[in-house]
Amino acid sequence: MIKELTHEQKQQFGVPSMEQFSYDNLIVKNFAIATMVWAVVGMLVGVIIAIQLYLPALNLNFQYITYGRIRPLHTNGVIFAFVGNAIFMGIYYSLQRVCKARMFSDLLSKIHFWGWQLIIVCAAVMLPAGLTTSKEYAELEWPVDILIALVWVIFAINMFGTIAKRREKHMYVAVWFYIATVVTVAVLHIVNSIELPVSFLKSYSVYAGVQDALVQWWYGHNAVAFFLTTPYLGMMYYFLPKAANRPVYSYKLSIIHFWALIFIYIWAGPHHLLYTALPDWAQSLGTVFSIMLIAPSWGGMINGLLTLRGAWDKVKEDPVLKFMVVAVTAYGMATFEGPMLSLKNVNAIAHYTDWIVSHVHVGALGWNGFLTFGMLYWLIPRLFNTSLYSKKLANLHFWIGTLGIIFYVTAMYWAGIAQSLMWKQFTAEGILQYPNFLTTTQEIIPMYVIRSIGGAMFLTGVIIMIYNLYKTAKLGSFMANEAAEAPAIFIEKKKGSGEKIHRFLEKKPMKFAILATIVVLIGGLIEIIPTFIIKSNVPTISSVHPYTPLELQGRDIYIREGCNTCHSQMIRPFRSETERYGEYSKAGEFVYDHPFLWGSKRTGPDLQREGNKYPNVWHYLHMQDPRSISPGSIMPAYPWLEKQDIDIAGTEAKINTLRKLGVPYPFGFENTANDSLQRQADKIAADLQKNGAAVESNKEIVALIAYLQRLGTDIQVTKSAVK
Amino acid sequence: MSVIVVLIGASLIVAAGFLSAFIWAVKSGQYDDRYTPSVRILFDNKEENK
Repeated sequence: MIKELTHEQKQQFGVPSMEQFSYDNLIVKNFAIATMVWAVVGMLVGVIIAIQLYLPALNLNFQYITYGRIRPLHTNGVIFAFVGNAIFMGIYYSLQRVCKARMFSDLLSKIHFWGWQLIIVCAAVMLPAGLTTSKEYAELEWPVDILIALVWVIFAINMFGTIAKRREKHMYVAVWFYIATVVTVAVLHIVNSIELPVSFLKSYSVYAGVQDALVQWWYGHNAVAFFLTTPYLGMMYYFLPKAANRPVYSYKLSIIHFWALIFIYIWAGPHHLLYTALPDWAQSLGTVFSIMLIAPSWGGMINGLLTLRGAWDKVKEDPVLKFMVVAVTAYGMATFEGPMLSLKNVNAIAHYTDWIVSHVHVGALGWNGFLTFGMLYWLIPRLFNTSLYSKKLANLHFWIGTLGIIFYVTAMYWAGIAQSLMWKQFTAEGILQYPNFLTTTQEIIPMYVIRSIGGAMFLTGVIIMIYNLYKTAKLGSFMANEAAEAPAIFIEKKKGSGEKIHRFLEKKPMKFAILATIVVLIGGLIEIIPTFIIKSNVPTISSVHPYTPLELQGRDIYIREGCNTCHSQMIRPFRSETERYGEYSKAGEFVYDHPFLWGSKRTGPDLQREGNKYPNVWHYLHMQDPRSISPGSIMPAYPWLEKQDIDIAGTEAKINTLRKLGVPYPFGFENTANDSLQRQADKIAADLQKNGAAVESNKEIVALIAYLQRLGTDIQVTKSAVK
Repeated sequence: MSVIVVLIGASLIVAAGFLSAFIWAVKSGQYDDRYTPSVRILFDNKEENK
């Protein structure tokens, strides 16, 4: 019979004593529920906007559910609400287990959970209300930005606290992926969200034009990298081996995967701006790093798939593994496609089209969606100490979801390539074959219909899953605190290594690294930004002037309505584009654009040279009912613009704020700005009246028309645009 | 384009942070054993141990 050693004996032999503790499963359960709730909300909004693209009347002439406003609601909903909660669910479960420690603080966990839900609710209210910065995936206004930063810091403290008190000396590779996520997302969010408040719910980006575009896509790309990818890779390295019950194919490869990926990822952002007014060398830099990314990405994908070597019979049986296999495969496809799309010649075709929409949905639906579902099917039965209610329903979910993805992405690839080629098609005589943009839109309407069906199928699968998991939870009993035991960590103390500081650093490498990063960043930002950024906004084209107060108000309405979600303001230097839209865009034209409004998708035509193209009354009628002017148009109607008053009370603050950012409005101009606004508005209103449209000069539509008529007129347009 | 100073600066700081983390990881023996950790995570649940 083996005798247990006494406590004294253990100490004598150096055997660490076992410590009893418990894992916090309640926080995991909460994040799991939030994941499912927001999945339905975010995807439902996605289906609605997908249908609006062929049934524009679906906005019911109601501004709060119009495409431009709820498209950001969809992207924020699925990225930060659905995927965000899934990340926290996965991290809170796996981090505790690989560290063999309970989360650092239950209170911080709770604050993190409710803080994040509060942010989501704020977004769900503010975005439909038109309160937006217009910067993609960073639309939320400054008070919410601050809230996000605070909650994120709480999450970081909680995570690093847990790592610090871990009972397992080795940090499993997943932990490294989580660390990269927490640190980098914080830096990205802070740098991209630097904005100067105009009022409590309105701000202007401190960066302008090209610079704003560069910062935005440095952020935008890395949001994909460090929010949608690294945490999911960490979770893949934990949940996939757990679900297959075998170690990852090569642990060594996983370590290489991590370090290679994080060192390359952060430089790839400029590939979102190929052929734009961004300097060429920056474009090429982005392309080079994007191509390099294929190596670590595919290393990781192969590592994930090979983990299942000799276990493919299990994949056939187990829905969890099925979801994970498709997820990892989708990761591989998206990370192959990404570098390809970063090649300038491929990008010339794909940019601004539905091809990009397809690309991101391979990632979002396949990689993020399916890995989340796999995790949920694996986790919920464990949390409730039971087994899955229905494998059949899970399999049904798997197939309806997979088919949904195929319907979705195939239709979008088709639509993207078809439309792009039509945009670029010249006749034998050398004129555009499809001079009317609308012709190319009409061509792909059937694809939009199929896409919405695919999306609806995917959502149906999610609802089936929620029912299945609800039933599973009912079968079992939830264990909020899961008992565990592990030997106390045995940290070697180095003797006689001298300096105290050195010892301190060794003991707290993480804390030190983080503190140093934060301190250096804050210091650097405060120093650099005001001097560098504002100085550099000296106009390079002498004919480019700041917006008039009325145009500025119109621009803010353009931002509020999210016009930039469907219309670009960036004409690339291709003959097919200069023939269609006019002179290509120059960097110097955007020096007063806080924020930039280049857009990333042309669901409608580019608007960079819209000014003076049509009479005022054309715009008036077009905004009232686009189909009365362009039969078959899929643009929603904006009837509220002729009912709502221009916010003249805000003019002064807007002028003052922009002047602080370097826009050369003369001092004192803010006091007379509204007089200037009124004069310009009266002129436009009179012109509208003359042409049969009775509009009062204080209505929003007047300001919007003023802005649209200004677009691209600063530089001499040599060629008249064909449309 | 001087904003690129901010971006490269921020990126370099992050990269430098990770580089020091990497050096720490290697020096402190995090990667001395490149196999056991992958198996160890499979055995953290009491019930699964039995």
